[in-house]
Amino acid sequence: MKAKAADFLIYDEATDSYRENPEQAVRDDVEKHYWLHVGRTILKDWRLYIMLIPMLLVFLFWRYFPMYELLGCFKVSDEVLPVSQQLFSGFSYFKRLLVGGDDLSREFWRAMRNTFILSFYGLCFGFPMPIILALFFNEIKSNIARSVYQVLTYLPKFMSTVVMTSLVVMLVKQGSLTSGMGIVSQALASLGWVSQDVANSGLLNNPAFFRPVYIISGIWEGAGYDSIVFFAAIIAISPTSYEAAQIDGAGKMAQMRYVVLPSILSTIVIMLITRIGSLLNIGYEKVLLLYNTSTYVTADVVSTFAQRYGLAGAAKGIASAAEMMNNVVGMLLVIGANTIARKASDVSLY
Amino acid sequence: MKRKLEISELIFKIISYTLLTVFALACLYPFVYAISAAVSGRSAVEYGQIVLFPKDVQFDAFKRMFSDNMFWNAYSNTLFITFYGTVWALLYSILGAYALSKRRLLFRKFFNFFLVFTMWFAAGIVPQYLNYLDTQKVFMSVGITDDKWLVVIAMGMAAMNIILLRNAFEGVPSEIEEAAIVDGASEFQVLSKVYLPMSKSTIATVALFFGISRWNGYFWARQMISNSNEHPLQVFIRLRLEEFTDAEAMAGWNQPYASDSVIYALIVCSIVPILIIYPFIQKYFAKGTNVGGVKE
Repeated sequence: MKAKAADFLIYDEATDSYRENPEQAVRDDVEKHYWLHVGRTILKDWRLYIMLIPMLLVFLFWRYFPMYELLGCFKVSDEVLPVSQQLFSGFSYFKRLLVGGDDLSREFWRAMRNTFILSFYGLCFGFPMPIILALFFNEIKSNIARSVYQVLTYLPKFMSTVVMTSLVVMLVKQGSLTSGMGIVSQALASLGWVSQDVANSGLLNNPAFFRPVYIISGIWEGAGYDSIVFFAAIIAISPTSYEAAQIDGAGKMAQMRYVVLPSILSTIVIMLITRIGSLLNIGYEKVLLLYNTSTYVTADVVSTFAQRYGLAGAAKGIASAAEMMNNVVGMLLVIGANTIARKASDVSLY
Repeated sequence: MKRKLEISELIFKIISYTLLTVFALACLYPFVYAISAAVSGRSAVEYGQIVLFPKDVQFDAFKRMFSDNMFWNAYSNTLFITFYGTVWALLYSILGAYALSKRRLLFRKFFNFFLVFTMWFAAGIVPQYLNYLDTQKVFMSVGITDDKWLVVIAMGMAAMNIILLRNAFEGVPSEIEEAAIVDGASEFQVLSKVYLPMSKSTIATVALFFGISRWNGYFWARQMISNSNEHPLQVFIRLRLEEFTDAEAMAGWNQPYASDSVIYALIVCSIVPILIIYPFIQKYFAKGTNVGGVKE
């Protein structure tokens, strides 16, 4: 039987890939008209490719075209001309930001430092909380009581960033004792944890309090929800493991150390790597909604820096260059973290 | 020996219950406080007398908000964006994920990379903004002047969700598909009659992720929607909060409620719908994170 030319590629189960049809006639034909055969293979399954098109177009238009616009960071900013017609300016914006020595450069470095500090603190304080919560959930043997606790702690996750930050702004609002001071600043002042003056002027107007407010509200918002993954790993531990440890005389701490920890270690490692990978993807929306001119010193991150200069201001080239650097470092972190995850646990995140 | 075991377990149990209770109450308290502050009398709020329960109950702050047309407008805009945005995103995500799940797709590795790369590298705010401006111009030129459609169509794509769907489709046994093809099912019928019913729960989870991100969307909606009649709820709330200091200083403020109460009432109103559907969607949310945790 004459081989159909359309079957020049054969699917190979063992290697999960295509190999060429070994029949010589087909092979010769393929060599001559490679793209013709690709076209025929696509035609055979044309419905599949039609299905793919909307998704590809959406990502092309609104994810890849912006990457092309990003080239503006190498061009002389010109509002009127499209990027392709702007003059090439080399690395001048990068130089200006990195070693400019002026206020702009200092502001950029401050933003860079704040980005790292904010995400590093978020990692240090935010990462252990869900694990601790999951361990605590495991102690509650009654299903109903545990569900109640879990539902309550997931609750803040369901608020939008705007509502959450509005609530935070209101709770630590400035004012005096007779004009609607935020309840949390009021409580902190009466406990003596912050001075009355600081509380009166509003915690979010004080650079020293931006980071704590940001980190604590982050834990408040996400810890319950993030504990789901760890809790799932803990309840998967067989009860016989605990019993065996108990018979060997292990107390609660020893059980934690020798039974629970080893069982959830892989989950912890994977989640930690994910977090490190997205370290620089700091939620700019939340910073934008919480910061103000008086807290730029500690609150301004690269994205908000870019937003201020590129969207509110007109320095689009400078802003793009700043984001470019942030994104490249971020991407290296993601790829690095993913490579480590693949090596360490056979679980690749992407 | 036995005694020592019991003590260490008991202590740990007590610590767990105590700290969990504290944390759970801390999660709940701001909501309770917001409700109380929204319905309390003016002096009680201004003098900071509300701790947990409302005082001098009034509902004028709510009434004032409900009588505000802009509020209802914002609400309906959010519903519009959430509904159409979720439907649109699900449509291309399901079709794309189905194609990607097929091993016979040529250049499959390339298409996967095309998707995954957007999770590694994002262009950033400024290029994205320029891109949306161009999109806006194109939409204008074909007669779409309502910026809500820009938000619906051009925003909110998530490669992660497509990968969740693709993994679910790959988990469907190929024998069932083959049986359907033998029975004469077309590609679209295979998708709609075999794959969709068999991965219902993943689709529900992904729909929920899309829906929540649409409901919560703020930044780009604020950047791109200039007409205040088209603002979604999140933008409306934020603008009210920003105007709030002015309202406070407004001369002749002569209401039975504090200006804070209006903001709290707004916050409560935006949370209530979520709280109502919360019990129904909670299990999908929990499932979604588990799916996300064991990808291979």
